Amino acid sequence: MLHYASQILPSLLSGAWMTIKIFFWTLIASIPLGVVVSLGLTSNIPPLRWILKFYVWLMRGTPLLLQLIFVFYGLPIIGIIFQRYDAAIFAFILNYTAYFAEIFRGGFQAIPRGQYESARVLRLTRGQTLRRIVIPQVVKIVVPSIGNEVINLIKDSSLVYVIGLGDLLRAGNVATARDVTLLPLVLVGIIYLLMTAVATFILRRVEQHYRAWR
Amino acid sequence: MLELKNIKKQFGNRTILNNFNLQVPDGQIVAVVGPSGAGKTTLLRCISGLESVDSGQFLLDDKPFDPANNRDNDNVIGVVFQDFQLFPNLTVLANITLAPQLVLKQSKADSEKRAQELIDQLNLTGKESLYPYQLSGGQKQRLAIVRALAMNPKILCYDEPTSALDPDLRQTVEQIILGLKRDQMTQIVVTHDMQFAKNIADQLVRVEPIKA
Ligand SMILES: Nc1ncnc2c1ncn2[C@@H]1O[C@H](COP(=O)(O)OP(=O)(O)OP(=O)(O)O)[C@@H](O)[C@H]1O
Ligand SMILES: [Mg+2]
Repeated sequence: MLHYASQILPSLLSGAWMTIKIFFWTLIASIPLGVVVSLGLTSNIPPLRWILKFYVWLMRGTPLLLQLIFVFYGLPIIGIIFQRYDAAIFAFILNYTAYFAEIFRGGFQAIPRGQYESARVLRLTRGQTLRRIVIPQVVKIVVPSIGNEVINLIKDSSLVYVIGLGDLLRAGNVATARDVTLLPLVLVGIIYLLMTAVATFILRRVEQHYRAWR
Repeated sequence: MLELKNIKKQFGNRTILNNFNLQVPDGQIVAVVGPSGAGKTTLLRCISGLESVDSGQFLLDDKPFDPANNRDNDNVIGVVFQDFQLFPNLTVLANITLAPQLVLKQSKADSEKRAQELIDQLNLTGKESLYPYQLSGGQKQRLAIVRALAMNPKILCYDEPTSALDPDLRQTVEQIILGLKRDQMTQIVVTHDMQFAKNIADQLVRVEPIKA
């Protein structure tokens, strides 16, 4: 059995690598984009607000699976063609940006006006106020909710199997079907657990870092 | 000297200040009193540029002055807010040095040296590396004052400096304000505490509600 496990492990790990890449690029892009969109959601330019609200409503109101299928199988019909991997990254970024934007919007709205006003009378620019005063406070507020989404993202990444990408889940599924054994799926479960454990650990550390002040 | 000439301030079609005039000579303490809702806070917000006025003129040292768009770092109007509005994510020292470093371009060493002088002067010694939530009400207020002073303001404004504090601390606030006066600081203090106002003020200004 150990022999079998070591035989299928390379394919599982290469699947896990795909999962990690999707996870990583989605976070790298959609967290900053989420901040930008959340600023747009609270801006005083009504058309911008409406468009972004519609976007968030659409992304949160439809399944991510549908969005993936739409980007990879749907868009080519109107001439927009993505490679499998690009389609997956694109759909994940679009989807997760919307969730992060909502979380950040709540965070920004929790900052009292007085913080902006005291920064203003101290002559800080808007950028300085955001970077040094507002964003650190927002981050502290949103870390727990962002953490939930990060854990979700690890698991959601398995949805890419519908567009034929070889991620961790697919690698396990293929091995199980071929060799008629449960072991690959058990290993897949263990690898997911390891990944969520690492993410949880890092998130705890971040939360701890922000516990220095209230 | 700061002069307000015929200042008018409306919210929608409600007039809060109408033809309001005020002179604040250098080094003096002006106490602004009046009933709740009269417009004392609004006046202070106009002077500090947080609200724009509908008409009238500000003069600072005889030169026209627009608080709402003023970017001249020699003409800072400092504000001590009623609820202090300290920055919770920064230590006491960083609350004080942030703006001098970012805005006045002081070096870290210079800004910290100046901050330390003010910290010692206002009796916050030893609190440098604490966060605002670890301070008492009186300490928070003194930090708010120090943070404003570190920008070398022309004028320092306070909104209800006694309201958030224990009554025993009223004396202390009086002493701080009078102590700053000895250093030639020009101060405008909004309060509804008549006794407090009389104890500190060179000039008492009443703001009355305007009947619609
Ligand atoms: N942003 C605003 N929009 C509309 N009305 C406002 C605004 N700010 C203040 N007001 C109104 O202006 C009037 C004066 O308010 P202000 O806060 O200046 O009173 P105040 O003299 O400071 O009262 P208090 O002693 O209770 O603090 C009030 O009637 C208030 O409702
Ligand atoms: Mg008031």
